[in-house]
Amino acid sequence: MKPPPFDYHVPATVDEAVALRTADSDAVVLAGGQSLVPLLNMRLARPSALIDLRCVGGLSYVRAGEGGVAVGAMTRQRELERSAEAFEACPILREALELVGHPPIRNRGTVGGSIAHADPAAELPAVLCVLGGRVGATGPRGTREIAADDFFLYPFTTSLEPDEVLTEVFFPKAPSGSGYAALELTRRHGDFALAGVCAVVSNGSARLCFTGVGGRPVLVDSDEPDAWQAAIDPSADATGSADYRRQLVAVLGRRALELARARSAQ
Amino acid sequence: MTRVRVEVNGTAVEREVEPRLLLSDFLRHDLGLTGTHVGCEHGVCGACTVLLDGASARSCLMLAVQCDGLSVTTVEGLARNGELHPVQAAFREAHALQCGFCTPGFVMAVTALLEERRGEKLSDDEVREALAGNLCRCTGYQNIVRAVQIAAGSEG
Repeated sequence: MKPPPFDYHVPATVDEAVALRTADSDAVVLAGGQSLVPLLNMRLARPSALIDLRCVGGLSYVRAGEGGVAVGAMTRQRELERSAEAFEACPILREALELVGHPPIRNRGTVGGSIAHADPAAELPAVLCVLGGRVGATGPRGTREIAADDFFLYPFTTSLEPDEVLTEVFFPKAPSGSGYAALELTRRHGDFALAGVCAVVSNGSARLCFTGVGGRPVLVDSDEPDAWQAAIDPSADATGSADYRRQLVAVLGRRALELARARSAQ
Repeated sequence: MTRVRVEVNGTAVEREVEPRLLLSDFLRHDLGLTGTHVGCEHGVCGACTVLLDGASARSCLMLAVQCDGLSVTTVEGLARNGELHPVQAAFREAHALQCGFCTPGFVMAVTALLEERRGEKLSDDEVREALAGNLCRCTGYQNIVRAVQIAAGSEG
């Protein structure tokens, strides 16, 4: 078998999941499994147990309201991508989600899973940061909200405590009349991006969040390319050098601003 | 061991499995449904694509126990009464395969695509984008795209 052995728990409530997390700090939460199962298959992850949230009720929903879109942690990415009300409130969500893997991945992958996994090259964390969103987490001390900017710490590391479970992701609406864009460059469609950007412009101000060029989503409140370059910390890997990623940030940032501004003018 | 109850190609199946058993291995080894092919086993190649409650999914990126209560369709479940499914027939007509290793994954992904976009006209670019998660190593994708268009026409 590909994955290493682990215990398997299927809690029925968030509280049960929290109790399992509290009892075993080596246990990990299984949501859609589109990032975790490859890590298990390659035996890069060897958790003592999986806590599968599939039977926890009430964690799959898309609720668009005045302030934005509240999304249950176990909502499939594809459901959010297709949601008309989410598109109306936060159109950048659909544009970014279409860049996430491939349809079969998004059919299984969850919104909460992608956020909690905190891959610095992933799209959804950047959307959450650029919109100034937040997550809801439940632990033994109760439920709390964590702002996106305080949530993503380092690669694959968040401020979620080892005994907490992420339950909701909230994407605020951008101000009315604002424009948006989500762009990235990949070797092949659906691959991990070499670099990407989510941009929101409103009333002359610009906010960009870059992916793949730092240990976490890199948020910059500036339309100045020099400010972007000062904020990022790209590294080299088999797909591209650090210098190439710096150039991509300049190009993608400019294109995203142009597209976002054109949309805001409409 | 954990009990899993799934419907596979219309038949109810109940088994005791190790939680770490992948759905792909459950289908192939436990149920003998070797039409689902296993390529990369980390979600890149798409050869193991099946339908879960009608939606496409990578069977190598799922544990069998995660499918408890769901309905799984594999390539073996497409043909009806000895008649090829329209997508299978279109692949044959367009010569959309050479060695055939990737074919079951493509056929399942195309089946999901055409079900989702039933009656719509798809551009070749849309088809290519929808199938970007399936790799064919024999040759290009020209005939695969043609097969999709044939199947879309025959179903539309």
